[in-house]
Amino acid sequence: MTEVERHAYDVLVIGAGGAGLRAAIEARQQGMRVAVICKSLFGKAHTVMAEGGCAASMGNANANDNWQVHFRDTMRGGKFLNNWRMAELHAKEAPDRVWELETYGALFDRTADGKISQRNFGGHTYPRLAHVGDRTGLELIRTMQQKIVSLQQDDHKATGDYEANLKVYAECTVTDLLKDNENRIAGAFAYWRESGRFVVFEAPAVILATGGIGKSFKVTSNSWEYTGDGHALALRAGGRLINMEFVQFHPTGMVWPPSVKGILVTEGVRGDGGVLKNSEGKRFMFDYIPEVFKGQYADNEEEADRWYTDPDNNRRTPDLLPRDEVARAINSEVKAGRGSPHGGVFLDIASRKSAEEIQRRLPSMYHQFKELADVDITAEPMEVGPTCHYVMGGVEVDPDTEAAVGVSGLFAAGEVAGGMHGSNRLGGNSLSDLLVFGRRAGAGAAEYVQGLGDARPAVTEADVDTASASAVKPFNGSDADAVENPYTVHHDLQQMMNDLVGIIRREGEVAEAVAKLTELKARAAKVVVEGHRQFNPGWHLAIDLRNMLLVSECVAKAALERTESRGGHTREDHPRMEATWRKQLLVCSYDSAADGDGIHLAHEDQVPMREDLMALFEYDELEKYFTPGEIVEHPGKKD
Amino acid sequence: MAYLAHFRVWRGDSDKGDLVDYAIEVNEGEVVLDVIHRLQATDAPDLAVRWNCKAGKCGSCSAEINGRPRLMCMTRMSTFTETEIVTVTPMRTFPVIRDLVTDVSYNYEKAREIPAFAPPEGVAPGEYRMQQVDVERSQEFRKCIECFLCNNTCHVLRDHEENKKSFAGPRFLMRIAELEMHPLDAADRVPAAQDEHGLGFCNITKCCTEVCPEGIHITDNALIPMKERVADRKYDPLTMLFRRKK
Repeated sequence: MTEVERHAYDVLVIGAGGAGLRAAIEARQQGMRVAVICKSLFGKAHTVMAEGGCAASMGNANANDNWQVHFRDTMRGGKFLNNWRMAELHAKEAPDRVWELETYGALFDRTADGKISQRNFGGHTYPRLAHVGDRTGLELIRTMQQKIVSLQQDDHKATGDYEANLKVYAECTVTDLLKDNENRIAGAFAYWRESGRFVVFEAPAVILATGGIGKSFKVTSNSWEYTGDGHALALRAGGRLINMEFVQFHPTGMVWPPSVKGILVTEGVRGDGGVLKNSEGKRFMFDYIPEVFKGQYADNEEEADRWYTDPDNNRRTPDLLPRDEVARAINSEVKAGRGSPHGGVFLDIASRKSAEEIQRRLPSMYHQFKELADVDITAEPMEVGPTCHYVMGGVEVDPDTEAAVGVSGLFAAGEVAGGMHGSNRLGGNSLSDLLVFGRRAGAGAAEYVQGLGDARPAVTEADVDTASASAVKPFNGSDADAVENPYTVHHDLQQMMNDLVGIIRREGEVAEAVAKLTELKARAAKVVVEGHRQFNPGWHLAIDLRNMLLVSECVAKAALERTESRGGHTREDHPRMEATWRKQLLVCSYDSAADGDGIHLAHEDQVPMREDLMALFEYDELEKYFTPGEIVEHPGKKD
Repeated sequence: MAYLAHFRVWRGDSDKGDLVDYAIEVNEGEVVLDVIHRLQATDAPDLAVRWNCKAGKCGSCSAEINGRPRLMCMTRMSTFTETEIVTVTPMRTFPVIRDLVTDVSYNYEKAREIPAFAPPEGVAPGEYRMQQVDVERSQEFRKCIECFLCNNTCHVLRDHEENKKSFAGPRFLMRIAELEMHPLDAADRVPAAQDEHGLGFCNITKCCTEVCPEGIHITDNALIPMKERVADRKYDPLTMLFRRKK
């Protein structure tokens, strides 16, 4: 039996980004004793990097906005593959979640009449993003961090202990979920990054809020934490992942210098008037308006420019098409030889706004380019290109409670959950997603725990021993002659995923990726790390690597199976979007025995959209996405 | 463009440690953190360093580079000559855990001692109304990425371990100023700033402002105005009179 530090809680939240913190606040307010576990220091989570804003149809900038318009935009952005119930809840509840942040102390930018200001963004019909300059994610994280502190202050007043009912375990990494023998969550196994010591958390409910998977790709806007931990933990615990083939490449990442390649350039640059140009100085986005969006976007520069000041009488600029469309367009321009010197395209705001206005509205972007690339964005255009930014796929959950399908007591919210964004997420819909579903996951977990009463699942000692042995394996050396360095295996994985399962995919290449993943897994098994367990980044990477490999396998296998192009999945050999594929989800599960220690892929039918939601769309639009049989009952159907 | 740089990195733990020399490749456009990562991937796989975003947004990779408190991800190698020795050491004010990683828990303890935002009574969510010009003062302070370089450099803390108990440091005095200047915060923040959080220790040398990677005017816009509010309260003869009467 392994002697380890132990703690018992009602609810365990893994991840301290927006979703995790909002979940923790809700669970605590519903009377739960809550622990938040995070890989970094408290307040450093990836959410701080969100720039543009948080989408909510408050109607402050345009009174025509409402949840129905937001719902429609979200479904269109996701090419109707979205879980419609999640999209509905999200659109309905986002305004309340934003307003609630003000009661925690958040300070958003204001309109002239003192309300929360809202900005334009890709795919959103009206200015909808609550924002603070271009550092909205930082505001969200800090606001909720400070709300957690305020709940701890309340506990301190009542009990004399700040951490009596809500504690943050920072720089602590969960390596395995623990279950009882009835397939119920019983806790989690983790190590302290600082000391390398192990710790067991006993809790009947676990909320995964671990974010995304971008560190499996070479060019990414994601931080080191994005190693797909929650995705992999859910899989290994018997949960299921959906939509893993859909990976969002943000159209505008920095492309130069090489060391900053991939760092995000906010969509807010385009929302505030910036335009994309090729090496000939042409605004090329007018050539890339896809069939399904024809009529919704301006087809000439004059109308597009009028739209900024008169949106009611002009159509929006195609620079603000959904991200998948813009990323593909940039890719095509570069391929056609019309790219910028460092292999991107130009994003020009300097010629369109005054230097003062650029510095006021986009201070981080100004700073970032000045400091890292020696480029003054108020005087010259930026060079930008696609960067791996977000995974639409994730844990399959019940839309109302965020309970994971297949494992009792497991919940997931935020990027680690799948379904909400369909095949492509709109900018601004992530921060609102975190708030809406973070809160719902906290409530769902609290309800589940209350329903259990005193009959709590127990951690088995055998599982603790197994988890412990698995975590120290990289120190033990390998029987084989060839020993692998974790950094090298990680580097090779990133290069391979970028080259073979990137923004444009082909059958032969993706099949090659699946084969290479088998090789990489074999190499990862031979990884040996130097030194000891105290704050050892080589060891940390060796553990994270297992998760990245598992999740990459999901992405590659699902990408090979889906023979169409939709949102964040573009198959050069199957360029069309197929209505029959819209009805299908690809579901990944983990089969350690039968399928050679790998990912099992299955097809699942979509739940048909509720009639009243269907009626929010014109028949003519639905025809572009649905099979005739699915819309036969639509009131707008012409006989 | 690539060249071999001479790095000198502090390696060790809470007991002992020393500067270790490395010759390591540097490429065009790189920052100090890139070079530290290359060291990890080659010569020193167990070199401990904190980092997250590598874009100057999270405030994790604070260290001292040639003695100057800086973010490693925002320090370009082009600011050094190719022959210059680049010395990287952990923040000095906080106890070392290992290599470049320090124990910054002091900051989280101080954060907990500042009473949270006090929502205005009778204003429902969605009914908050504030003017841009009024929120901008606090917004400047909310740009803080909590890299703790200001607390690291503040001489009140840097050479005086004993002051940590009674001094919140520039970061959290600024947090008090942020709440005090919040247009709708219902609490009075002024007396506690002086009496409980040590505002009086600050003698406005502006070291904190100089090292702030976000360019926040900590001294001019947060600390001095707070000192003025304390002075108005404490030394205004009229309020002194009222206080005595109570």
